[in-house]
Amino acid sequence: MTAQPAVEVEDVTVHYGDVLALDRVSLALRPGRVCGLVGMNGSGKSTLFKTIMGTVKPDAGAVRINGAAPAAARKAGVLGYVPQSEDVDWTFPLSVRDVVMTGRYGRMGPTRRPGKADREAVDHALERVELTDLADRQIGQLSGGQKKRTFVARGIAQGATILLLDEPFAGVDKRSEATITALLRELADAGAAILVSTHDLHALPDLADEAILLLRTVLMHGDPAVVLQPENLAAAFGLDVMTRT
Amino acid sequence: MDVIDFFVDPLRYDFMVRALITTLIAAVVCAVLSCWLVLIGWSLMGDAVSHAVLPGVVLAYIVGAPFAIGAVIFGFLAVALIGLVRDTSRVKEDAAIGIVFSTLFALGLVLVSVTPSQTDLNHIIFGNLLGVSRSDLVQIAILGAFVFIALIVKRRDFTLYAFDPTHAHAIGLNPRLLGAALLGLLALTAVVALQAVGVILVVAMLIIPGATAYLLTDSFHRMLIIAPAVSASCAVIGLYLSYHLDTASGGMVVLSQGAAFALVYLFAPRQGVIGRRITASRRRRASTSAAVVAER
Repeated sequence: MTAQPAVEVEDVTVHYGDVLALDRVSLALRPGRVCGLVGMNGSGKSTLFKTIMGTVKPDAGAVRINGAAPAAARKAGVLGYVPQSEDVDWTFPLSVRDVVMTGRYGRMGPTRRPGKADREAVDHALERVELTDLADRQIGQLSGGQKKRTFVARGIAQGATILLLDEPFAGVDKRSEATITALLRELADAGAAILVSTHDLHALPDLADEAILLLRTVLMHGDPAVVLQPENLAAAFGLDVMTRT
Repeated sequence: MDVIDFFVDPLRYDFMVRALITTLIAAVVCAVLSCWLVLIGWSLMGDAVSHAVLPGVVLAYIVGAPFAIGAVIFGFLAVALIGLVRDTSRVKEDAAIGIVFSTLFALGLVLVSVTPSQTDLNHIIFGNLLGVSRSDLVQIAILGAFVFIALIVKRRDFTLYAFDPTHAHAIGLNPRLLGAALLGLLALTAVVALQAVGVILVVAMLIIPGATAYLLTDSFHRMLIIAPAVSASCAVIGLYLSYHLDTASGGMVVLSQGAAFALVYLFAPRQGVIGRRITASRRRRASTSAAVVAER
């Protein structure tokens, strides 16, 4: 692991009013690796995503992307984001192709008029996620897995080398989950750095090269098999979870 | 009276021609903007800003400045105050909106009452299509064209802002700036529509056309065509009806738009209430008669 980290989070602290959301979080994501982010609701997963994306400003600490300031990375279009389902308005009158095309906006002129290269990139991305046949369907009329693949395709069309996925397996059937997992592996093998938050602990070893246990701070960062050991999960979730799983 | 007379007869009067052009401009500009407002969930914000511009317009009148400047200043002031009240007290957003816009609107009413030449200013509140002067029309046309062109040229950015501001931020766009631009255009649109239907009814033109189009299509691009088409047709119908029936023109325009929405709400092919009932009952019948093939 000599490659320069794609994302470096250094001693990041975030407060919402009086509530401490992230407490001196430090971590690094490297190209070619999938990292699973595990933690209970309220553990700061979404805040961590937002901090990396730059929509939440840390009270202390810093985020660097590809060794530089995040604003430059955003302009370069390397940062791709797959939102949680709850955060998307599925009744919005856009087709799958429309949404994937928004991945190209950073590369277009001020009116965002797509050119040949943009259309080709979108076609290619749709092919990669196997949604070519559904390209003109309104996004609300997709299955849970197809919805997720739409947003992954947006990241591919964008040419993002860092992909952040917030709960991509929530509300997704097993087959789509396998498709998405395989796709993320392919993207990582092609050099992308991928951070995936998930509740699905059983699937984690197949998906991730490493895992992070988060409870406002990084409790552990290492091999998924080690991170998922009961005593470690107990620390992150509280003991009652062990009896439930 | 035959159909041709119905449409041609009123156009013998210059004031009717000006009224017609004014309504068409206001109807089209409001309708285009309304497509984003209904999707972002800014209907209340549209209501708030369109009322809150009143004191700005009156003050602009008093000092002899263009209405647009006063309107934009008070539009942003309203939004800033709403944010302030919401974020720094336990009052929820809908209450904050209600407090701020009604207070600013009241300030406008008080300013109207103490400003000489009241008749002109009362027209701002209730609209006065039939009293649009040539210079009013020029101002409306210039403002309307500016708002229309800005919205259309940046339509893809505004749509992305409405749909996924986080992604917009992640690819280096500035969602705050896009939101502020949309609010500024909203304030200018309010000025365009003041003459047509008045402060009180502007909000109808800012919501109904977009909501109507939303029930008719799953494509945002088509919404941007349907909304102004429906809105303009209703504006013309409303204006002619008001002429022949001798009723309030602004009120008739909005009534026509409300009637169009009601028709679409009931009879739209896919999203209409009746259409959905039929689809649902068909589906029930289909599922009892045949096994459902699981969709991937």
